[in-house]
Amino acid sequence: MTALLEVKDLQVRVDDREILHGLTMTVNGGEVHAIMGPNGSGKSTLSHVIAGKPGYEVTGGEILFKGEDLLEMEPDERAAKGVFLAFQYPVEIPGVTTMNFLRTAVNAQRKARGEDEYLVPDFLRKVREVAASLNIPMDMLKRGVNVGFSGGEKKRNEVLQMALFQPSLCILDEMDSGLDIDALRVAADGVNALRSPDRAMVVITHYQRLLNYIVPDVVHVMSQGRVVKSGGKELALELEATGYAQYEEVAA
Amino acid sequence: MAAVQETVDRVRQIDVDQYRYGFETIIESEKAPKGLSEDTVRYISAKKNEPAWMLEWRLEAYRRWLTMEEPKWARVEYPKIDFQDIYYYSAPKPKKTIGSIDEIDPEILETYKKLGIPLREIEALEGVVRPEGERKIAVDAVFDSVSVATTFQKELKQAGVIFMPISEAIREHPELVKQYLGTVVPTSDNFYATLNSAVFSDGSFVYVPPGVRCPMELSTYFRINERNTGQFERTLIIADKGAYVSYLEGCTAPQRDENQLHAAVVELVTLDDAEIKYSTVQNWYPGNSEGKGGIYNFVTKRGDCRGDNSKISWTQVETGSAITWKYPSCILRGDNSRGEFYSIAISNGYQQVDSGTKMIHLGKNTTSRIISKGIAAGKSQNTYRGLVTAHRKATNARNFTACDSLLIGDQCGAHTVPYIEAKNASTLFEHEATTSKISEDVLFYCIQRGLSQEEAVGLVVNGFVKDVLQQLPMEFAVEAQKLISISLEGSVG
Repeated sequence: MTALLEVKDLQVRVDDREILHGLTMTVNGGEVHAIMGPNGSGKSTLSHVIAGKPGYEVTGGEILFKGEDLLEMEPDERAAKGVFLAFQYPVEIPGVTTMNFLRTAVNAQRKARGEDEYLVPDFLRKVREVAASLNIPMDMLKRGVNVGFSGGEKKRNEVLQMALFQPSLCILDEMDSGLDIDALRVAADGVNALRSPDRAMVVITHYQRLLNYIVPDVVHVMSQGRVVKSGGKELALELEATGYAQYEEVAA
Repeated sequence: MAAVQETVDRVRQIDVDQYRYGFETIIESEKAPKGLSEDTVRYISAKKNEPAWMLEWRLEAYRRWLTMEEPKWARVEYPKIDFQDIYYYSAPKPKKTIGSIDEIDPEILETYKKLGIPLREIEALEGVVRPEGERKIAVDAVFDSVSVATTFQKELKQAGVIFMPISEAIREHPELVKQYLGTVVPTSDNFYATLNSAVFSDGSFVYVPPGVRCPMELSTYFRINERNTGQFERTLIIADKGAYVSYLEGCTAPQRDENQLHAAVVELVTLDDAEIKYSTVQNWYPGNSEGKGGIYNFVTKRGDCRGDNSKISWTQVETGSAITWKYPSCILRGDNSRGEFYSIAISNGYQQVDSGTKMIHLGKNTTSRIISKGIAAGKSQNTYRGLVTAHRKATNARNFTACDSLLIGDQCGAHTVPYIEAKNASTLFEHEATTSKISEDVLFYCIQRGLSQEEAVGLVVNGFVKDVLQQLPMEFAVEAQKLISISLEGSVG
C-alpha cells in the first residue's frame, strides 16, 4: 500500500541557511501524527514546505503524496489534491465575506479536479450543516474572512474549511496557540470528528496539552531540523516531564 | 515627443487623407489641418453647424487658452505635449465594415468574453453589419442607433427628458445650453477645460424637467452614441427642481482608442431637491508593458448643487489610460445639499494616476462623503489628491473622507494628498487614510485553499473595493468587478 505522505531525507534552506537537514517520516491513511519540538526546530518549515509556501528552497530529498511528487505541484494544485494546512495565524481578508471565500475556494478545488461547481443551494445546505456541528453561527460567515474574529473563532473557521474541503491530509500548525481550554476543546472535537481511515493528520505543537484532546498514533520529536525520536503517544507525556533539552544534545 | 508622434503617424495612416480632403475643400486656402488656430475652432464650429454665439464662445475660450499654461502640480510625468502636433477634430472614424464576428481581432474578442459582454453586443460595438432583413434581437435593437431613437427616445420624450448629442442640443435647445453651458466649469477654468471649450467635438446633453424621475438609466444609449467621440467630449446634465437622473458614462469594452490626448469636460447642475448620480467606468488604453503609448486623460468634471436639498454623486472606476488627471468635484451651493465621491482607481504597468475630488461647501448644513480606493501594481504611481473646504457661511458643514491605498508588489507607489480647509467653527471634517500591501501571507492563505494566484489577487482586491462597487448600478458592478480582475492580470508573480 502506498503511504499517504512520504517525506524522504528532506533538506530545506531559507536565505542560505539550512533549516531541515534530512528529515524523513511516513504517514499512512487513518493515522494521526504529532510533531513536537522546541522553537526553531523546523516544525513550521516542514508544514510550509508541504503546503508549498514560497520562500523555501528544497535542496535535497523528496515529498511524495499518494505516491506523486508533491514538490512538482503548485500550491493550489496541492490543495485541490487534498493537502490542507490549518494556519497558526489565519489571515484577515477585509471585504470578502467568509461565505464567499468558502464558496470560491470549494469551487476552485472542484474545478481543478474536473468536478462540477457546487450549486448555491447545495453549497449553503452543506455549509449550514457543517457550521452547526462546529457551533459556528451563520452570522459569522457573513463577516469578512477572520475580520474581528476571536482566536477561537479563527481556529474554528479553519476547522470549518477542513470539514468542507474534506482533504486527505490535514496539517494543523500550532492549533492550540492563543486558545483557552474551552475553545481548544471545541476545535479539537471538530478535528476528531474528521478522523477517518482514508484521512491522515499531522499535528504540530509545542505542548502535550493539545494531544490530550487529539490523541496521536505516532509522536515525532524534532530538533534542529531532524526527527530525532519517534514513538507512541506516551512519548508526548515523557517529553512533558523531561523537556526537549536531551534531544537538542542528540541532534547536536 | 515620441509617443504623440507615434499616434499621430498612425492616425495619419488611418484617416488623414479623408480628413485633409474635407478640410481643404471647406477652407481651401488654409494650412495643414494639424495644430490649433482660430481656423481650427471655426472649422469645428462650422462642421457642427453651430450658431454664431457658440462660435464666439469657442473663440473666446481659444483666446483665453493662448494665455494659459499647463498645470504642473500633479504627480505625473510625461514628455511635453506639442499642442500643434495634434489633430483637433477627428470626425468619427468610419468604421471598417465587418461582415461577421469572425473578423474581429481574437484578442479583443477574448477580452470581451472575459467581461461577459454578449456576442450580439460585441457585434454592435465592433460595427459588424448584419445582412439586410435579418431578424434583429433585443440587444441589437438597443445598440442600433435608429432603434434607440425610436423606442427609448419616445419613452424619454413622454417623460419630458431631453437626451441628445450636445451638438444637436446647441441647435435645438439653444436657450437651455446658453443658460447652463460653462456655468459650472467656466471657459477660463483651467488649461485643459479651456482647451476643451474651444475645440470640443461632441458629448451628451441631458435635461430632466421639474419633478421628473428619469424612467431609465441613461447608459445603453450612450454606449453607441459616444463610441466614436473624439478626444474632447463635452457633457452637460441638468436636473431641474425635484428631478432625478442616473447617468452611466463609459464603455466597459476594451476600447483601444489611439488618440493620445483626451480632455473632456462634464458639467452637472442640480436645482432644488434634484439629484444626479453619475457613474463612470474608464478603461482606455494604458500603454504597453514598457509604458509606451496610452491615453493621456486630463478631465474636468464638476457638479454644482445649485439648489437647496440637492445631491450629486460621482462614482468612478478607473482602470485605463497612461495618465489620469481627474477630480470630479461638487460645489455644494444650496443649503442642505450633499456631494458624494466614490472612486476606485487602479494602476498597473507604468500608469500614473493623480485623481481625487473637491468638495466645496458653500451652503448651510451641507454634507459630503468621499470614499477613495487606490490600487497600485506594477511600476505605477497612484495619487489621491482631494480638497475639502468650508466657506465662512457654510455653517454645520460635514465631510467624511476615507482614502485607502493598496499596493501590489514593491515597485509601485501610492500617495495621498488631502487639502482640508475649514473657515468656520461649526464645521466637522473627518479624514481617514490607510495604506496597505497585499501580503504574501494573505495570498498564500487563499492559494492554499485552492485559488490560483490571480484568483487570489482578484478576491482580495474586490474585497478592498467593495464599498465603492456597491455604489454602482447592478449591471455595471458585475462588469466593473471583472474589469478589475482583468486589469490586474499579471500584476504579481
